[in-house]
Amino acid sequence: MEFKFTEEHEMMRKMVSAFAENEITPHIEAMETGVFPKTVLQKMGELGLMGIPISEEYGGAGMDFMSYIIAINEISKVSPTLGVILSVHTSVGTNPIVYFGTEEQKRKYVPKLAAGKNLGAFCLTEQSSGSDAASLKSKAVAVKEGGEYRINGSKVFITNGGEADVFIVFASTDPQKGSKGISAFVVEKGTPGLIIGKDERKMGLHGSSTVQVTFEDMKVPTANLLGKEGEGFKIAMANLDAGRIGIAAQALGIAEGAMKHAVQYAKGREQFGKPIAEQQGIGFKLAEMATSIEASRLLVYRAAYLRSQGLNCGKEAAMAKLFASRTAVEVAIEAVQVFGGYGYTTEYPVERYFRDAKVTEIYEGTSEIQRMVISKNL
Amino acid sequence: MQFKLTEEHEMIRKMVRDFAQNEVAPTAAERDEEERFDREIFDKMAELGLTGIPWPEEYGGIGSDYLAYCIAIEELSRVCASTGVTLSAHTSLAGWPIYKFGTEEQKQKYLRPMAQGEKIGAYGLTEPSSGSDAGGMRTTAKLVGDEYVISGSKIFITNGGIADTYVVFALTDPESKQKGTSAFIIEKDFPGFSVGKKRRSLESVHHRLRKSSLMSAVFLRKISLEKKEKALKSR
Repeated sequence: MEFKFTEEHEMMRKMVSAFAENEITPHIEAMETGVFPKTVLQKMGELGLMGIPISEEYGGAGMDFMSYIIAINEISKVSPTLGVILSVHTSVGTNPIVYFGTEEQKRKYVPKLAAGKNLGAFCLTEQSSGSDAASLKSKAVAVKEGGEYRINGSKVFITNGGEADVFIVFASTDPQKGSKGISAFVVEKGTPGLIIGKDERKMGLHGSSTVQVTFEDMKVPTANLLGKEGEGFKIAMANLDAGRIGIAAQALGIAEGAMKHAVQYAKGREQFGKPIAEQQGIGFKLAEMATSIEASRLLVYRAAYLRSQGLNCGKEAAMAKLFASRTAVEVAIEAVQVFGGYGYTTEYPVERYFRDAKVTEIYEGTSEIQRMVISKNL
Repeated sequence: MQFKLTEEHEMIRKMVRDFAQNEVAPTAAERDEEERFDREIFDKMAELGLTGIPWPEEYGGIGSDYLAYCIAIEELSRVCASTGVTLSAHTSLAGWPIYKFGTEEQKQKYLRPMAQGEKIGAYGLTEPSSGSDAGGMRTTAKLVGDEYVISGSKIFITNGGIADTYVVFALTDPESKQKGTSAFIIEKDFPGFSVGKKRRSLESVHHRLRKSSLMSAVFLRKISLEKKEKALKSR
């Protein structure tokens, strides 16, 4: 058993870490005011970060899943917002086409996505079906008419939605069959009847776009059906484990970012004649935070390893997400506490981590769903 | 041992709950979003006597007790924590030291208008380098003739900027540390007193909890004050 990254992975980490520090940090303030980080994403595209696990044949970097997780982790240390944009773009915005697309579909969509010229989004959740995605009686319905499908319905909480060029859309082609009647479609921005709602105002992740997407008699060519009719739910669930590991890596990054600031501050801030880091009340707090982070790291990278090897990782991915997201929330809360009154102001970054952390316990399967997955696998 | 509120306390709870629902809750989200303190709400609380719950009538209060005060804060905070903390800082942080340690003259001059809600109170203890370690404060007060000259700065002053009356702590004898700390009542118009920019606090950006009054107050140079050195037992 080896707890060591390969040289290639270490290089990847170093490169992304430097990129995040130098190229992302200057944009954080703007992102906090709700500006979507287009120029950063463009640079990420140039570096190959928008298609890390996609094969070179389709314009990707041709690296492994572990490298992709390392990138999400490093980026999220500095900007959890860019972490989630990248994660959604890659694992649910691009990969479904890679895994289930026809050669023609892959040629048409994947290279632009992998190069970061296009941004991907994933339209599954509806108002009445969140955690219970299988109940997806999908009020979104697709009716086949000649050479196209006519889709009506509405999706909520669509990450990247306001900025995406390509949407993976789930709608029912046979409402009688429940989840077996769901089909997946590739829909391009600008398709008539594709209506993008206004950005949700969120607690955190302010630079990311989250919108409601509505389909009003939206016509999609049959050539854009992804997989076969009725395979939609399978497609939606296929990449769930990978998506969860990605969010777990984001949560790990949040915890590490908050921790870094807390340690720096605790070593510099003096009260009662010495740095607060040397006061046991704060020192022990930092020790607990560091230990939880280390445990998260092991869970996240073990799950990523299993996935990289093509092994089953449903339970491990769920455990990694459950634990890392809880750690992110706890560590961020404690980091604010370490900063005291200053932590409660927006002048220091810890309150941002605090706000960004919470959603990691919610999206891509709530913590309650992760517990269901874990308990069913025992 | 009784775990039951008296009829009077129940009446206060009901009154404050109605007030909170009808007058405070409707604009809570909006004030939060706009980071706005609403003086009208404070004035309405004053009309109900909420701005001086525990103080005797002779000092402008309603002569009730701390339990009633706590009930009021609890009920207000159910709908708007900002309004809750505004009243709390006004009453217990600013009002109490004057009530407990002030001269009769100080109580009539400062506590009465605060209790009646004509004036708002604030409290200045924390400094940039002394938070939990409040005894480590650096603000000094030097007696010059019959005035104290106070120099230093305070941060995280709840109600700072909206307050008229500040209870402020400074070292009159820096050698003696806590034992050399004195408390002063400062009016917002004293020369040399200035208030810094509003700190954007967590909720202010995030419109969920919100408080409209976390300010940093900076005392520049000379601040005249009450003649007598009203020493607060270091706390």
